[in-house]
Amino acid sequence: MNKLIELVGVTKSFDGEVVLSDMNLYIRDREFVTLLGPSGCGKTTTLRLIGGFETPDCGDILFEGKRINDVPAYKRQVNTVFQRYALFPHLNVFDNIAFALKHKVPKEEIKTRVDEMLNMVALRGFGHRNVNSLSGGQQQRVAIARALINRPRVLLLDEPLGALDLKLRKDMQFELKNIQQATGITFIYVTHDQEEALSMSDTIVVMQNGKIQQIGTPTDVYNEPKNAFVADFIGESNIVDGVMREDYKVFFDGRVFDCLDRGFDKNEPVDVVIRPEDVDVVPLEKGMLRGHVTKVTFKGVHYEIIVDVNGFMWMIQTTDYVGVDSDIGIYIEPDAIHIMKKSEFSGTIGDYSSFSDEMDEISNPDVELDEHGNVIETLVDEDDKETPEVGNDD
Amino acid sequence: MTDGTALAPKARPSRRPAIVRAVTVAPHGLWCLLFILAPLAFVVYYTFTDPSGAFTMANLKEVFSSAYLKILKRSVLLALESTAICLLLAYPLALAVARLKPRNQSLAILLFMLPMWINLLIRTYSLKLLLETNGPLNSFLGLFGIEPIGFLNSEFAIILGMVYNYLPYMILPIYSVIAKIDPRLKEAAQDLGCNGFQTTVRVVLPLSVSGIISGITMVFVPSISTFFISKSLSDGRIKLIGDVIEQRISLHNVAAYEIGSALSFILMILIIVSMLITNRFGDKDRGVVV
Repeated sequence: MNKLIELVGVTKSFDGEVVLSDMNLYIRDREFVTLLGPSGCGKTTTLRLIGGFETPDCGDILFEGKRINDVPAYKRQVNTVFQRYALFPHLNVFDNIAFALKHKVPKEEIKTRVDEMLNMVALRGFGHRNVNSLSGGQQQRVAIARALINRPRVLLLDEPLGALDLKLRKDMQFELKNIQQATGITFIYVTHDQEEALSMSDTIVVMQNGKIQQIGTPTDVYNEPKNAFVADFIGESNIVDGVMREDYKVFFDGRVFDCLDRGFDKNEPVDVVIRPEDVDVVPLEKGMLRGHVTKVTFKGVHYEIIVDVNGFMWMIQTTDYVGVDSDIGIYIEPDAIHIMKKSEFSGTIGDYSSFSDEMDEISNPDVELDEHGNVIETLVDEDDKETPEVGNDD
Repeated sequence: MTDGTALAPKARPSRRPAIVRAVTVAPHGLWCLLFILAPLAFVVYYTFTDPSGAFTMANLKEVFSSAYLKILKRSVLLALESTAICLLLAYPLALAVARLKPRNQSLAILLFMLPMWINLLIRTYSLKLLLETNGPLNSFLGLFGIEPIGFLNSEFAIILGMVYNYLPYMILPIYSVIAKIDPRLKEAAQDLGCNGFQTTVRVVLPLSVSGIISGITMVFVPSISTFFISKSLSDGRIKLIGDVIEQRISLHNVAAYEIGSALSFILMILIIVSMLITNRFGDKDRGVVV
């Protein structure tokens, strides 16, 4: 498969603040790529650069090998599904969807193509409706139909499901994936929701601080995270300091564990990742480590327990009930241990003593947090705060 | 529970006694009665009565005679022309201002508002001075060898006066509506193949209809009823309906009141009709912002 879009050494800053630094990325034709990261990581800016709403400070954006830095948005074979849809309030559903074709295509063809789109997004018969009278999910479908009617080569989706409730979001994930497969259009999808990214993407691009942290398939980024940030952001992770004694032997928490990793220097400090679902809770005397249970939360399929192991808070998911304040043994299989090189993120994340704050940041798309975890702005989209236009959407 | 208290109606949120409400509303009601309803009643009364107080259509008939009709026609025409010119000037200006950086936007709006801090009379007199045959404008044109032009005493001067005085009333409502349009909608239009001009025509223009309607109303109504601008810029030679009304009423006799009232009555009808028309357009877009 050929490279459809390529970003080469792209850097972008707003008011002296670097939002993207030296980004290199290519996207293949017909691929479903997700740009995943927390607020302010540069994912929306990347999307806007591809859409033609921003120009890079340096570096090039290529479309089928041709430089498109200076091609305006309206000439690109790329369409966008905007965050919160941006449907035209003065037009009904039909005219919103037909917008890209008006004055370019004969009326009968517009009619057939709009009807086709309405069928595809399961909104047959909604053509005459006022867009403001639609539910969030229906508006979402109109936005998708509007962006797809011109048969773009690439569809950009900026947190398209962010405003929908959980149930609807799951349905729409499924539908979007179906649409992508049926149309064969390349999807570039921006989200902060790791589960969404894992379940829909062919390729996930994990971003933080304006840099790509890892590119890989969903299983790659989950099972083989490159650094502490990726391990923490995708799924739940216990990340502990360790030292690689030799190949297949890692030392942490006062003892040596067998593992499946090799290729590190002798006695190289490393980050050790253990997923909460990979930890076995065993009787005290059978444990490789011992811990004190500080919190138990029932999650339906399993219990989520927070365990104090030598002052470091582990999260463990177990189907067996354990009581708060009990002491347990912990057993870790060699294949449950994943070793990562030390990175700029080492030591800053991975402990579950401040678990709840972290979840708030990840799960609320409208709240933006600074590096200290304080809310900076609400209801403003991460990368757009420097857009010069006036526009309070109230 | 059989306890009676359980069945008792819950305490309603305490309402103000009727007397308190009446007292608080009274000043406003009195104001409306004295300064809005009573004058209107007088206008209608004088329009349809003769000096003896008997019902008559003679006043309206006289107003529809050729002399008054000509003035009426001229008033409507000049008001329409100046409203149209205001709109043509204000729309691109409002668009341009909305594109500035936020800080510069408030500065630009302040500049447009600045003349309004000066009394209408003084502004109009200043304009008159500028336009005099031996005034600054003609002196300036003289530098290029252009003979002095008699700008004053012309419909052009009156339209200029109206546009100059009422332009801010057109710019402000249009600007405030354009500035509130979600920038994402413009991006969506570009995304779907519109260049800058097409985006303005297909998205910004339809979404700013309510501002245009407000602007038209706020310029047309004072333009059609003005008397001072026409009087001072034409030395009373070109009369508008407002001038005639003013002249009639200031004669202080009942017969003149009747003609003045009849003219006011016609003017009122004209304004109501024009507002009904504009509101019909405005309704589609969630009403008029005034």
